[in-house]
Amino acid sequence: MSIAHTPSADRGGPAQPLLLVQDLKKHFPIRGGLFGATVATVRAVDGVSFSVLKGETLGIVGESGCGKSTTARLVMRLMDPDSGSLIFDGEGVGQNAQTGGLPLKEYRRQVQMVFQDSYASLNPRLPIEDSIAFAPKVHGVRDAEARGRARELLAAVGLAPASFARRYPHELSGGQRQRVNIARALALQPRLVLLDEPVSALDKSVEAQVLNLLVDLKEKFGLTYIFISHDLNVVQYISDRVMVMYLGEVAEMGPVDAIYDRPAHPYTQALLASRPAMDPGKRREEPPLTGDPPNPINPPSGCRFRTRCPHAEPICAERKPAAAELGGGHLAACHMALPGSGHSQAGRLAA
Amino acid sequence: MSEVLDRPMTEKAATVPLVRMRDVNVRFATRDRTVHAVNGVDLDLAAGEVLCILGESGSGKSVTMRALMRLLPKFARVTGSIEVAGRDVVAMGEGALQDFRGGDVAMIFQEPMTALDPVFTIGRQIAETVQRHEGLSRAAADARALELLELVQIPSAKRRLAAYPHELSGGLRQRAMIAVALACRPKLLLADEPTTALDATVQIQVLLLLRRLQEQMGMGVIFVTHDLGVAGEIADRVAVMYAGKVVEEGPVQALMRGPLHPYPRGLLGATVQPGMRGKRLTTIPGAPPSLDLAPTTCPFAPRCPEVEPACTVEVGPRPRRPVPGRMARCVHVAGGA
Ligand SMILES: Nc1ncnc2c1ncn2[C@@H]1O[C@H](COP(=O)(O)OP(=O)(O)OP(=O)(O)O)[C@@H](O)[C@H]1O
Ligand SMILES: Nc1ncnc2c1ncn2[C@@H]1O[C@H](COP(=O)(O)OP(=O)(O)OP(=O)(O)O)[C@@H](O)[C@H]1O
Ligand code: SF4
Ligand code: SF4
Ligand SMILES: [Mg+2]
Ligand SMILES: [Mg+2]
Repeated sequence: MSIAHTPSADRGGPAQPLLLVQDLKKHFPIRGGLFGATVATVRAVDGVSFSVLKGETLGIVGESGCGKSTTARLVMRLMDPDSGSLIFDGEGVGQNAQTGGLPLKEYRRQVQMVFQDSYASLNPRLPIEDSIAFAPKVHGVRDAEARGRARELLAAVGLAPASFARRYPHELSGGQRQRVNIARALALQPRLVLLDEPVSALDKSVEAQVLNLLVDLKEKFGLTYIFISHDLNVVQYISDRVMVMYLGEVAEMGPVDAIYDRPAHPYTQALLASRPAMDPGKRREEPPLTGDPPNPINPPSGCRFRTRCPHAEPICAERKPAAAELGGGHLAACHMALPGSGHSQAGRLAA
Repeated sequence: MSEVLDRPMTEKAATVPLVRMRDVNVRFATRDRTVHAVNGVDLDLAAGEVLCILGESGSGKSVTMRALMRLLPKFARVTGSIEVAGRDVVAMGEGALQDFRGGDVAMIFQEPMTALDPVFTIGRQIAETVQRHEGLSRAAADARALELLELVQIPSAKRRLAAYPHELSGGLRQRAMIAVALACRPKLLLADEPTTALDATVQIQVLLLLRRLQEQMGMGVIFVTHDLGVAGEIADRVAVMYAGKVVEEGPVQALMRGPLHPYPRGLLGATVQPGMRGKRLTTIPGAPPSLDLAPTTCPFAPRCPEVEPACTVEVGPRPRRPVPGRMARCVHVAGGA
């Protein structure tokens, strides 16, 4: 039996998080001048830690450039982090034979990704069935078997194999192409699927189809998701827990209801209040925040949100707020949430 | 006091509608293929009114806007009548069009770099427009540029006059494009998804800014979006397009609370809103029709849960107006034309 057809066993048991991400950092140098010297650094991901429990969906939200996709690429190991570690079902990722742990090749099979751009991620010259069968064949699955599996997956994502298997990507609508991308991500029977803005390019009626499909597939194949989106309503719909990022850092994290009903970080509060009102009777007069998110090249000292925060005090510029535990796994990196931080409203929010 | 805000309105709101489109059709015919992009659109806009055009990708929203401004490529076949402020847009010659664009009517886009010239400073671009359309002196035009940047709430406006578009952040660039569009105080602003690419906290700022400017300047606005929330935040009236037709139109509140046509009803049900967690989303099966042929009967019939034989017989379907101000093209809606 080939590896691609052996669903990976649960090793650590249900209490062991599927993925533990510890203090992940990735800085991009910006080169300039005659000799290509580093003139600045983009702190794209700057000390991000989180866990993903088995069978849950972790939503990641935040504005453009806050580091969501870079975090996903680091978790996928499409690029190496500057520092930080990944622990997958209790095993260190990418450690060598001496130290034990999970070899990269094996990890990459168990973790797959779906991108926003459904067109760019498919080979235009391959019928979609062959695109889906490609990775399993690389992993040693025989052609006929890989094709059979590809057709099963096409059926699972709602594309009748008889009429779709031999089509090329340009013969599909955007929603259909995204279904193919999802089928392809599932071809190696991964345990964790990273979805980076998977429905952002789709129309609302198609978005609903794909979200229903994702919910069904998760159930059917026992998957765990990391779901990245800038659409706060979609993240609320799909996630069990939510992580809010701001300029390369985690601002707040917790169960979905805690984040949406009792946001503790001023940034989360402003982000949620920025959603347009579906009800014309509830129009806003003042925007929750002014200005644009600052540049991750020279992020503000201390709390990175302080340049836009209505509650900023001198302490916020002096010290970076540590994540305060608010109970039930709800964390907020704000001096107001941390008793004794020196902020005049400190501890007001503590559990 | 303010040169931009205080100039008198020329047209009287009640007499002539600002925009009147009747039976507008747009067809793109190339050697390989014909696309019937817009199929019999009627639209009215009163002065000082905000109309949102809602619809999925490819439903003809942008083409309708471009037809209004005569910005379509030469090979596009446009029929029907288009009047803005009582003037026949279809009959305008090149000179009149130059006057019309940027004077009576201005347009803003999703991507500001398509409207801004990368080699001129923001201040120069605004002043240039004002000089060309209103024949102001350079000094007066420069003063107007500063006033406009302040009007769109660009911080340190004086310094930003000398900035090139690429030196501004996304939100500021969008504001700069709005300033250029408002330079000659248009009566009509066409906005094609101007906030779609912006971050949540910036989008709401730009929406509220547009709403305020629209009220202060008494502009008519047609705002294209595929986001129901954006329509809820800014529209007076909403027109929903499908396959190049307006299938429903009405006041924003009434339409959002109780759409008459099955398509907007499906769209509303498929839009994820707070409080839907754990519930299965309703979907609209299938996909919009290819527009290789112009739809004659109801274009939504292949996807409609309420389809019946009559739907594939009646041409149009003809518009129904069950209550004043509301219109739906569906055989199941009561009411005369
Ligand atoms: N390869 C790279 N080289 C240099 N800078 C990069 C690179 N990749 C990302 N960045 C920068 O890192 C920051 C974070 O980018 P990232 O793509 O992770 O953001 P994001 O949260 O996914 O944003 P979006 O919502 O726009 O997708 C940005 O400032 C981006 O410009
Ligand atoms: N210049 C053109 N040549 C040929 N076809 C065109 C041209 N411009 C638009 N179309 C076609 O006309 C139809 C309507 O396009 P339009 O841009 O108006 O859609 P839209 O409603 O604005 O969609 P979106 O939400 O994606 O912007 C589409 O099928 C499109 O492919
Ligand atoms: S730490 Fe200070 S600046 Fe940062 S969010 Fe809290 S109050 Fe605002
Ligand atoms: S006319 Fe018929 S097919 Fe069209 S929307 Fe109405 S009920 Fe549905
Ligand atoms: Mg991204
Ligand atoms: Mg468009």
